[in-house]
Amino acid sequence: MGTVFSFDVRGGDPGAVRAALDDAVAGLRRADAVFSTYREDSQVSRLARGEITVGECDAEVAEVLGLGAEAERAAGGWFSLRYAGRLDPTGIVKGWAAERAARRIAAAGASGVSVNGGGDVQLLGAPEPDRPWRVGVSDPLRPGGLAAVVSTAGARELAVATSGTAERGAHIVDPRTGRPARTDLVSVTVVAPRLTWADCWATAAFARGAQEGLAWLESLPDAEALLITADDEVRCTRGLAAHLD
Amino acid sequence: MHALKKNRPLRRVVLASAATVSGLVMLLSLKPHTLPEVAAAPAPAASGGATAGSGTTGSPSGGSSSGHTTGTRTVTGRTVQTRWGPVQVRVTLKNGRITDVTAVAYPSDNPRDQEINSYALPQLRREALAAQSASIDAVSGASYTSQGYIGSLQSALDSAGR
Repeated sequence: MGTVFSFDVRGGDPGAVRAALDDAVAGLRRADAVFSTYREDSQVSRLARGEITVGECDAEVAEVLGLGAEAERAAGGWFSLRYAGRLDPTGIVKGWAAERAARRIAAAGASGVSVNGGGDVQLLGAPEPDRPWRVGVSDPLRPGGLAAVVSTAGARELAVATSGTAERGAHIVDPRTGRPARTDLVSVTVVAPRLTWADCWATAAFARGAQEGLAWLESLPDAEALLITADDEVRCTRGLAAHLD
Repeated sequence: MHALKKNRPLRRVVLASAATVSGLVMLLSLKPHTLPEVAAAPAPAASGGATAGSGTTGSPSGGSSSGHTTGTRTVTGRTVQTRWGPVQVRVTLKNGRITDVTAVAYPSDNPRDQEINSYALPQLRREALAAQSASIDAVSGASYTSQGYIGSLQSALDSAGR
């Protein structure tokens, strides 16, 4: 099964917004063609095999690899652009692609944009003049329940990204060992202005575990987080409350 | 109100478009930390399934509804073809709020389908209900793993005029 991108777009000139939406969707398709590690002929697959150089790829490849390198440095080994020794930037591509899609639509004049890529959400503007976007954070230990509701009140842009085991089983590995992450967490939700980073930080903090993960997230500027442990303990960064409804 | 009116057709189109990007699916379900055995399962499907959602493009209408605009109504979404088979959902609304979501059709041809359905369908149903009850715009961390379910659900809601 797969991930769905859904768009909620408000305001702006309908023609211009529609054109930007088509452009944004085309951008997602192109990101798949360029970055997919499942496609043998994608630029990233060819790059990983050493058949082409970064300079021969679309400019987006250098951009994403640059962002990924930044994430690796900031996460101190808990985030990686490689898997099993092979180039694999998919951990950053989804957030980056969704954020870019949202920004394209907003740039065309939409007053409110929400792009949800499989549960990782980039929000820009507001759905209505007097109402912020509200994003529920699903509770992994209570299917169908919400652990919190994040509001964009007071923010022009905000992203909410969640990493965890509940969604697809244990799919996050410790990049240092190549083994499934030995973590006491069941989910990490990061709230930050940009989905590119929120997604990376959620993944890295999840592998890191509750105590270290929380301390690390607390040290990041512009990022707040909600962590849920297997023991059903909820912990959050000091500034998260300002974003909760 | 004006803004909402203007947005309605756009949202439909938007969601129809979203279904067409399901080719991105496999890329996106693959975090760099994906285990090899986990990666192995979706990989074969990815190569042949890049256009899994194409059958749903450009047909925002097609849902059917019965009952009146007030009181209890039942609305059935259009059938959305997925790589795994047709998906169709039915929603029950009471005074404009969702009170139930059920799957009318879903893939069940093999044991793996049945295994997935056994947890995915109830999960998606709960999420739709939870999102509704909390009057929120989106859910982070939700397992939106069935584009067919979401697509059919949205068409049902569109038909209901929400």
